[in-house]
Amino acid sequence: MLRFSTWKFLAIVAMTLAAVLVVAPSMLSPSNYQALASRLPSWLTPPTIVLGLDLQGGSHVMLEVDQADLISTQVKNLRDDVRRILREEKVAMTGGIGATARGVQLRVPDAADREKILPKLRLLRNSFSSNVGGQTPLEVEATPEGVIRITVTDVGVRDKSRKAVEQSIEVIRRRVDALGTREPSIQRQGDDRVLVQVPGLQDPQTLKEILGQTAKLEFRLVAEPGQNPSETEELEQVDEQGKLPIEKQVMVQGEDLTDAQPGFDQRGGEPVVNFRFNIRGAQKFGDVTSKNVGRLFAIVLDNKVISAPRILTPITGGSGQISGRFTVEQANNLAILLRAGALPAKLNIVEERTVGPGLGQDSIDAGKRAAYVGAGLVVVYMLMTYGVFGVFANLALFVHIAFIFAGLVLLGSTLTLPGIAGIVLTIGMAVDSNVLIYERIREENHAGRSILASLDAGFNRAFATIVDSNVTMFVAAAILYFLGTGPVRGFAVSLALGILTTIVTAVTMTRMMIAVWYHYARPTKLPI
Amino acid sequence: MKLLRLAPENTKFPFMRFRRVSYPFSAVLSLIAVALFVFKGMNFGIDFAGGTVIELRAKSGTAEVGTLRSLGESLKLGDIEVQAFGNAADATLRFGLQPGGDKAQQDAVERVRGAVGQNYDLRRVEVVGPRVSNELVQSGTLGVVLSILAVLTYLWFRFEWQFAIGAVIATMHDLLLTVGFFSITQLEFNTTSIAAILTIVGYSLNETVVVLDRIRENMRKYKKMSTAQMIDMSINAVLPRTIMTATTVMLALFALVAFGGQVIRSFSLAMIWGIFVATYSSIFICSPMLIYLGLRNDDVDRKVEEKEEALEAEIDYTPGPAGALASMYDDIGDTPVPSVPAKPSAPKPAARSRSGGRRRPK
Repeated sequence: MLRFSTWKFLAIVAMTLAAVLVVAPSMLSPSNYQALASRLPSWLTPPTIVLGLDLQGGSHVMLEVDQADLISTQVKNLRDDVRRILREEKVAMTGGIGATARGVQLRVPDAADREKILPKLRLLRNSFSSNVGGQTPLEVEATPEGVIRITVTDVGVRDKSRKAVEQSIEVIRRRVDALGTREPSIQRQGDDRVLVQVPGLQDPQTLKEILGQTAKLEFRLVAEPGQNPSETEELEQVDEQGKLPIEKQVMVQGEDLTDAQPGFDQRGGEPVVNFRFNIRGAQKFGDVTSKNVGRLFAIVLDNKVISAPRILTPITGGSGQISGRFTVEQANNLAILLRAGALPAKLNIVEERTVGPGLGQDSIDAGKRAAYVGAGLVVVYMLMTYGVFGVFANLALFVHIAFIFAGLVLLGSTLTLPGIAGIVLTIGMAVDSNVLIYERIREENHAGRSILASLDAGFNRAFATIVDSNVTMFVAAAILYFLGTGPVRGFAVSLALGILTTIVTAVTMTRMMIAVWYHYARPTKLPI
Repeated sequence: MKLLRLAPENTKFPFMRFRRVSYPFSAVLSLIAVALFVFKGMNFGIDFAGGTVIELRAKSGTAEVGTLRSLGESLKLGDIEVQAFGNAADATLRFGLQPGGDKAQQDAVERVRGAVGQNYDLRRVEVVGPRVSNELVQSGTLGVVLSILAVLTYLWFRFEWQFAIGAVIATMHDLLLTVGFFSITQLEFNTTSIAAILTIVGYSLNETVVVLDRIRENMRKYKKMSTAQMIDMSINAVLPRTIMTATTVMLALFALVAFGGQVIRSFSLAMIWGIFVATYSSIFICSPMLIYLGLRNDDVDRKVEEKEEALEAEIDYTPGPAGALASMYDDIGDTPVPSVPAKPSAPKPAARSRSGGRRRPK
């Protein structure tokens, strides 16, 4: 056993050095790290340990597509489509288009008319949704009495919300980037959720406000007295009490905007948002304003009236101004929202975890302190129990910790507070392998074997046990990883890494050190 | 230098004889744990119960729990729990789910921020909605169940089936007692606690596997020894290691409790309890299970066991001096023979001639 080939020896030394090299940059203070990074080419900039939000402070916000909102938008679109088809086919219905729980229904008395439009209605499912695995997103059924019911199926809803999540991710990314935060992480979770993590954010409130708005901007005319009530709806006003009757027809939409910037009004000096349209938007905006001079033109954001200025002259240049008694910050946020575009559906915050930067630093300090004290206690205890063998175990422990951190750096895995707990725990567990070996060596020695034979038997016999016990721990860690979220995952990664490196350090490294020691010390008595 | 030894050398504790005590004892403890869980319940954190936790630090001076409490009550957020936390400037506010869906939770945080924001920094805000907390409960439970199943399968392949069952029963025992621990201490139970529980499961299995490994080894080595004796011998052999490892892990955990900060304190406390329970169950729950499950049911063994049981029964009725227990088998190397306390020297030579010398492992 005690013969180690040179290449094995070199391999272990090289691995250790590599691990220390990988970890070293993470141990530098931020300013020293900056100094180092600036002197190296960018492709060589050393990676550092990614700290979890609980350690560096920041916000973790889980958003979920509002199903009710999503469905009502779909139903609204469906109604428009049905109306268009009826108009195109010149089909008459009786009593208008009614709403059902998840769709629309209408009555077409003439059977020939029904035959004519049913295939067209069925075709709607192609434009509604694509590729849902053979299941239909829209169900069209007709009763002999002439009632046609069109319903969005569960498959349809799921597909829409999946698409909404995809689009939302893009919009959210633009919005969060505009906040000027560094390294935000935006990921989809399941079918209908988006997880937004923004490290080091000082003010989670702005983030939440910015994420919580759909930012659907519409320009609609304010209704005039005596207008048909079915063409108008009452909308709330943002800065004034009471509601305003607004025409349902949308004249110009936010998607035609090309830019929006916060600014100040030329006359009053109050904060405003300046916007500019693309060609199509500019044309529509010009048309509407020239036809309706003298009327009130409402700027509607997420179904709330921001302001309703009177059209004094036609606006044909394609740019305009939104004023609405904003603060500078509000104007700024509105501009961000308009630039980033509207969300396809409302998103609700279903989970929020925000850690202030101060608390994060405190947690790092606490974690470090616990790790130093824990490691210190274990090191002293091993020395006291096993003497020179304790020195070997402690060296192995040091390399073990270096390996864990190197693993975290290389995997780009996040170090969380529970992760630190996992590392402190593996410090205790890592020693277990050495303890198993040493106790076995003692045992064999007491049973009357020679030193060499005891060492040999100790390592060989303990190895099977170490493998068995570590595999079971590893299985637990793996399951933690796959089922856990956030911090629990961090813990699982640290634990799993710790278990994997144990085998290398506690078994191979210690064995090597003992071999070298035996070679030079030539002991006549086992020192444990 | 004199080296430190926590475990005495060459112990010969007759662990298996405690099974008549340890099983009822553990059964009672487990029942208490279940009863506590059912009647007292757990202090579920917002991860599982849903709701909001806000950690505050006074911008100057100390946090006034009384003022905060009355302020909290005036906000009409339902049951609001205000606690001093960490140092004097810190406090936590905790309240349950607000009626009115996800939006209502955010509004509640806003109201608290408006009310206390002038004097306090919000150091941490956690809001978990009703659906998310449900999912966390599900994935947490699933995690525990799956890990036990996975480990059961692994042990089944690596060891005899009795070992797998023994290990799983021991693990469930540890799990129950840990749940009971959370219930009785009312430490907050959150996702980190699930991590603690799974780590305890891992540690418990680690302990169990170390003992089982030795039992398996000795099982092949000492074919003529009774199962109980052989298990006792195995546990005694690994005892120094068991104590040593438990101590190192404890040292690390005490460091976490003392210096790791508030957030992982309940994790560390649960782990400390778990180490105790796991060590106990690997010795007193899992190992005796092997006897009950009839490990080694060959003829030779049964004969030896019958004899052994007769002797043990005798011992039970006539308790000898404490020293007699320790000298149950005088020489581990030889085929061990239980000495009956009443007539300590008599059976020994007879037994030796009966069973021959030590069997060498193959």
